[in-house]
Amino acid sequence: MSELMIKDLHVNVEGNEILKGLSLTVRQGEIHALMGPNGTGKSTLAYTLMGHPNYEVTGGEVLFKGQNILELAPDERAHLGLFLAFQYPVAIPGVTVANFLRTAINAHRKAADPEDKGISIPEFRKLLKERMDLLQMEHSVAGRYLNDGFSGGEKKRAEILQMVTLQPEIAILDETDSGLDIDALRIVAEGVNAMRGAAFGALVITHYQRILNYIQPDFVHVMLDGRVVESGGPELAHRLEADGYDWLREKHSQVAV
Amino acid sequence: MSANEKEFMTTKRVVTRTQRSRRPRFDGFTFSREMIPAGEGGSLLDDFRARAWEAYERLPYPTTSDEPWRRTDISKLNGDFRLPAPEAYLDLPPVPERLLLPLVSDQHGGQIRLLPGEVQQDLNPDLAQRGVIFADLETAARQFPDQVAKALGTIVRPDEGKFAALSAALAQNGVFVYVPRGVQVEQPLHSLVWAAGVGLAHFSHLVIWLEEGASLTYVHEAASPNGLGGQTLHSAVVELYVGPNASLRFVELQSLGDNVWNFTHERAVLERDASLDWIFGAIGSRLTKNFSDLDLVGVGAHGRMSGFYFTDGEQHLDHDTQQNHRAANTTSDLLFKGALKGHSRSVWQGMIYVAPGAQRTDGYQANRNLVLSENARADSIPGLEILADDVRCTHGATVGKIDPELVFYLRSRGIPAEQAERLVVEGFFDPIMQRIPFDGVRARFQEAIQAKMTAQ
Repeated sequence: MSELMIKDLHVNVEGNEILKGLSLTVRQGEIHALMGPNGTGKSTLAYTLMGHPNYEVTGGEVLFKGQNILELAPDERAHLGLFLAFQYPVAIPGVTVANFLRTAINAHRKAADPEDKGISIPEFRKLLKERMDLLQMEHSVAGRYLNDGFSGGEKKRAEILQMVTLQPEIAILDETDSGLDIDALRIVAEGVNAMRGAAFGALVITHYQRILNYIQPDFVHVMLDGRVVESGGPELAHRLEADGYDWLREKHSQVAV
Repeated sequence: MSANEKEFMTTKRVVTRTQRSRRPRFDGFTFSREMIPAGEGGSLLDDFRARAWEAYERLPYPTTSDEPWRRTDISKLNGDFRLPAPEAYLDLPPVPERLLLPLVSDQHGGQIRLLPGEVQQDLNPDLAQRGVIFADLETAARQFPDQVAKALGTIVRPDEGKFAALSAALAQNGVFVYVPRGVQVEQPLHSLVWAAGVGLAHFSHLVIWLEEGASLTYVHEAASPNGLGGQTLHSAVVELYVGPNASLRFVELQSLGDNVWNFTHERAVLERDASLDWIFGAIGSRLTKNFSDLDLVGVGAHGRMSGFYFTDGEQHLDHDTQQNHRAANTTSDLLFKGALKGHSRSVWQGMIYVAPGAQRTDGYQANRNLVLSENARADSIPGLEILADDVRCTHGATVGKIDPELVFYLRSRGIPAEQAERLVVEGFFDPIMQRIPFDGVRARFQEAIQAKMTAQ
């Protein structure tokens, strides 16, 4: 069983320490929600796990399937089965969704087997149609330039399309719910739920409890000031919804003092 | 002022003057009147060449003080090139077979190969029966003097520039294409200039003339091997005439070797309701200075120019385009896109001119550059000169780099860095590919991207 184990992670961005000793473990088969107010380092964690060059790890380790992935390039992390659904996906002008996804699938296959000749066009078309139907996407999206001129909702749906096509073992969803109306949110959640099972684990980053009505988490964690300060079951999310974060801030500052 | 200060100032002034006089200049060619080909083109070509030579002798060499040449310095060009001897091609690297394949269809309607010291042609006899002339310039001048006299030197005058005059005077040969009124040539025609050979000068002259209602697809390529060292000269004139309601699709590929200094003067004249789809692909040469003009002289004429270039190493490519709206209701649409690597440099300088009275014209020009290395540089200079009041003209110019966020995004999906960059570059060029209706041409450009991206 794959396991993403984050141990005492410290990360600097432009010289400022944003993650200050964060520890968290996500296993295949588990859905974890990571909550917390803005500016506590949730997205920093997401980018760091995927290997963005602007995030400097100053301490701690991240093990995935027993490997220290901090040494690996982003594409190598992806090949191991890690996936990040971006909060702000970039547009790739001139590269269609279909061309991009086929290139990505083939890159994964080639990493697994250097002799691999790539997915056949009919096989790829069938796969893509299937997955687009799952997310109730127009097939014409396949011919559009990736994220170019997409609405916020279309971008998030395209992220989930990539996830369900590439079939990662552990996915990090960075505020995939932000900017989505309720229908889009439901569809995105269905995509995640379709993946749910023994072979899939997820870290769902959010600062609203809303998405957790559609994706039932097994574990809920709360981040404040670069650390996980509280962990629990789904009931923790409900308490945050009702009481906000202040009680945790108080508790946390008392502990810190 | 003390004597000391005075001396200092004087010295300073002298130094300045010395620098100015030492500014590098091209020393000039050693070509002589005796080198004018005494070919088999009859008195028509003889007279034309003699007049062109006079213009050549009269005109000064361009320097970086001349506005169109400000960014392209020819001071390191050698002066003493030889003209290829008859059958010189036999001792030179042969034309790669792939350059002779049809690019825009399964089959050519004909092909002319201008080799050093030789012209070879494969012609389709059906075309001649329909009155189409597709021949080397000397043969055409001999057999069809009326048509040649009507066209030659009327679109690009030899006295327009030093290199135009030189090409017209010394072109050992060329290609002459004439499509009579109302004739649709279905199969594309193809010509190739093979500019191999160090120290050789290759001159060529291409004339395409479409009478009213005619249509034609034409592919012209100038090519030579890479890695020969030394210098080779290629200089050419391209004259295109698209008669009323006629339609020309002109694909022009430049894959000259990295030792070639390349100079071209090209112009298309479009009559009433004529249309031209002009596609450029430039990946070769050490240095290129290209003038390409679109002259919309007839009401309702429409011209589209699509340019693809990719430079690396020490290459320097300078494309100077003009979209001249000289009649009402004319439209032009130019898009040039280029990527640059190594220490290479590109210049695009474009002008949309709208003449007085050319109302309801619509002109568009855009140049986009992707700079892939710290040492490469792209200059992009759009321009508008509008002397009519009811017009729509838009332009845009950009010079950018690969956004690392795009590469990170692609890598996060498992695509390795090199492939991710190539995907971004291919995406950058996609709008140009979309404008090219020929699979074979797109494939050539894709190959060029692949080759340039992987080259060191």
